[in-house]
Amino acid sequence: MAVSRFARSTAASWVASPAFLILVFAGAGRAGAGPTPPAAKPAEDQKDPKKDEKKDEAPKKPEAAPPARANMHFVEGLGEIELPLPPLTDGIFPCTQCHEKGAPFDHSRRELNFHDEIKLEHDAEHRWCLDCHNAEDRDKLHLASGQTIEFTESYKLCGQCHGDKYRDWRAGVHGRRSGYWDGPKKYLLCVNCHWPHAPHFKPLKPEPPPRRPEENK
Amino acid sequence: MSARRHLPVIGSDGGAGADDASGAPLPGETPAAARSRRQFLRSAMGGVAAATLAGCGSFDLDDLFRKHFTELPPEEVKKLLARLEREYTAKFGKEVKVANTAAKPGVQFGYGLDLSRCIGCRRCVYACVRENNQSRDPQIQWIRVLEMEKEKGIDTAESNQYYDAAEVPRPGHFYMPVACHQCRNPPCVKTCPVRATWQEPDGIVVVDYNRCVGCRCCMAACPYGARHFNWGEPHLPPADLNPNTHYLGNRPRPKGVVEKCTWCIQRTRVGRYPACVEICPVGARKFGNLLDPESEIRYIMEHKRVFIFKEELNTQPKFYYFYAT
Repeated sequence: MAVSRFARSTAASWVASPAFLILVFAGAGRAGAGPTPPAAKPAEDQKDPKKDEKKDEAPKKPEAAPPARANMHFVEGLGEIELPLPPLTDGIFPCTQCHEKGAPFDHSRRELNFHDEIKLEHDAEHRWCLDCHNAEDRDKLHLASGQTIEFTESYKLCGQCHGDKYRDWRAGVHGRRSGYWDGPKKYLLCVNCHWPHAPHFKPLKPEPPPRRPEENK
Repeated sequence: MSARRHLPVIGSDGGAGADDASGAPLPGETPAAARSRRQFLRSAMGGVAAATLAGCGSFDLDDLFRKHFTELPPEEVKKLLARLEREYTAKFGKEVKVANTAAKPGVQFGYGLDLSRCIGCRRCVYACVRENNQSRDPQIQWIRVLEMEKEKGIDTAESNQYYDAAEVPRPGHFYMPVACHQCRNPPCVKTCPVRATWQEPDGIVVVDYNRCVGCRCCMAACPYGARHFNWGEPHLPPADLNPNTHYLGNRPRPKGVVEKCTWCIQRTRVGRYPACVEICPVGARKFGNLLDPESEIRYIMEHKRVFIFKEELNTQPKFYYFYAT
């Protein structure tokens, strides 16, 4: 920066001025150095800042995902990964508060007296509650095969129909990833972004537009 | 100076030229008069130089004579970073770290953006501003989100970056965020007259704000509008300053220099994702190592429909737009 100010202020008085000579020498020094590619820098110089940064970051990690909520899963093709907990509604889950285990159930499509906040907009024509929710134990879900699964592994259930998204999600291409591009990554469950009863991604209010150049003074 | 006198010719006889410039006897002038004129000129020039130096504020001769940053010996880099840390800490009243983390070997960064997902919410724009210490006033933003009509397709002439709406995406529109494409063949680097901008070994195009002279040639050369100039003194409230900075990235900038996206060099060089990738609510932004066959970006390039913006210009970006569906 100092160089640039210097250059501008001396432009008027450059003829034979000692200041001009200084600039010429500075320029010659640069030109003589030639177009050197940014070479690898000596290791010693690099290590310290790196260490410092890592130290700085270490305490930040738990903020993003408190260890109490850590939810490790073995996902086929991915290995052991950390997944967040599904957004279960307080007071509603566990379902067995009301739905006793092994109580008789009715598969038929009908108006419910409860859960009126749920308006099914997820292939509603062909789907009803117990297609996904497990009838015998309401704290669980079940796959098309009948195999029961936990709410924390609901991605398997979604993946039955949305195989392409499931495949992309495992590759890290569908959905948001955070953490380290060359290290541990954080995933989200399908249901963290898509409410399963009406999964279309909800519109958002955009952040303010940029100022136009004429307003930006 | 007399009109009859010829100007010194660079490369001509050195002694005569130098003498000429500082006042050889004019025809009809005594040697004594010439000597006193020479002395006068010398002292006058000295005065001009001194006044110029004084006018530069915290002028540091080291700044003027410093080698190119990539050629600086490690101990000088250390000294420079320490000086900047002191300056920034004093200016902002909180501890600021200026790192110089080097590129990892075997890494070539690549970036993917899923146009079929982006909803134009501009979360990335502001996450970037917070992470990279852009000036709040005058406003500088490295990411611009272009709103385009689905019927017209990608047409920058018809695009609008100033859209405002209660909710996005607006029906019939799609959104295309544009920032630095980190070209393999960067026209901005080619055009810089002072080598203040260059491509790092991991492919990030960086700017040395201490070397930039503010000529803005790079801005004219960039076909993506990715470079931004500090027309005014950048204003950044100390509370908003991100103190974790990199010399070639988000350290506070002075007035009169050009700045640009560095893919969050201060984060990605230590393995983290860029801020825009982590904030994106629809997960449209993807980042990774192009040389790692297991990386997300490689998966995208091998399995998705990928396109390069303004490919015909042969800038060879490492930024790929794609359609996941």
